[in-house]
Amino acid sequence: MKENIKYIAAGTAFGFVLTKAEVISWFRIQEMFRFQSFHMYGIIGSAIAVGMVSLYIIRKYNIKTVEGETILLEGKKFNKGFVYGSFLFGIGWAFTGACPGPIYAQIGAGFLVSVVLLLAAVAGTFTYGYYRDKLPH
Amino acid sequence: MKFLYQPWPWYVAGPLIGLVVPALLILGNKPFGISSTLKHICASCIPNKVPFFNYDWKKDSWNFYFIGGIILGAFLANIVFGNTGKVKISYETTRDLLQLGIYKYNTLLPMEIFSWKGLFTVRGFVLIVVGGFLVGFGTRWGNGCTSGHAITGISNLQWSSMVATVCFFAGGLFATHALLPLILKIGQKVSTGGLNINF
Repeated sequence: MKENIKYIAAGTAFGFVLTKAEVISWFRIQEMFRFQSFHMYGIIGSAIAVGMVSLYIIRKYNIKTVEGETILLEGKKFNKGFVYGSFLFGIGWAFTGACPGPIYAQIGAGFLVSVVLLLAAVAGTFTYGYYRDKLPH
Repeated sequence: MKFLYQPWPWYVAGPLIGLVVPALLILGNKPFGISSTLKHICASCIPNKVPFFNYDWKKDSWNFYFIGGIILGAFLANIVFGNTGKVKISYETTRDLLQLGIYKYNTLLPMEIFSWKGLFTVRGFVLIVVGGFLVGFGTRWGNGCTSGHAITGISNLQWSSMVATVCFFAGGLFATHALLPLILKIGQKVSTGGLNINF
């Protein structure tokens, strides 16, 4: 537990920002997919820019973890599922107005019906795992 | 202090979200990505013999603490330091959504759909349950979501994550412009109609 407090703290900061910036709002996601506001593009774009610069600095100056380990971030090897699966996720994102992080944040923000959304998402992940061998990758 | 009670602009929120990537790496060499938590829930909570879910999920238990934090942070943001509630979306979005039968704009989510009452309407069921299923199924098949692919993957200069992100948007645009007009209107007729159910 003690060793995991840092992850609770990071999650709390992340959940707070997601909610304050209205990333968990179905309205904001609709606005994004209708190209009617810069808000979500600004958030995702600046998050990527900061992430990119951070990874550059970590590698250039060989910054270690708090425990002194070398930082490793593996890439994900491409397969066809990246196309099919991501397209289906995009549909789900537009329907629910939530990617996985915001699902949890919606629950915390008091929208308890999102527990059903979470259970549906878990069912979706389970179904994928069950039929994995039959799907193209 | 007043800042804590207001909605935050993109140029404050975006960079802070980007900082989660180095923060998790420096705190414990953890990659930022949320959709894998759904997999860990399957592995830890659902008794099964599916090979995909038979791994040592306890090694990834930090994910559950991170989720707990997200829930706590959202609670603080929306309930303890509550906003005024109404999302200041653009005029054009409001106009388009009014035409699709969305009338309640006083919270972060449209209450005619994302409420217990809304869940039992056709459009509420499709958006919440079918939509949620697609989020879980699609992110696992595509091996990541907005945090894992769009933010972490592109930050890490992975072209595969760039492809995935383009596909997220393709799916979202298709759903918004081709599917939602049908679902929202059909569902509205069924849920408000009673006698004149008109497909």
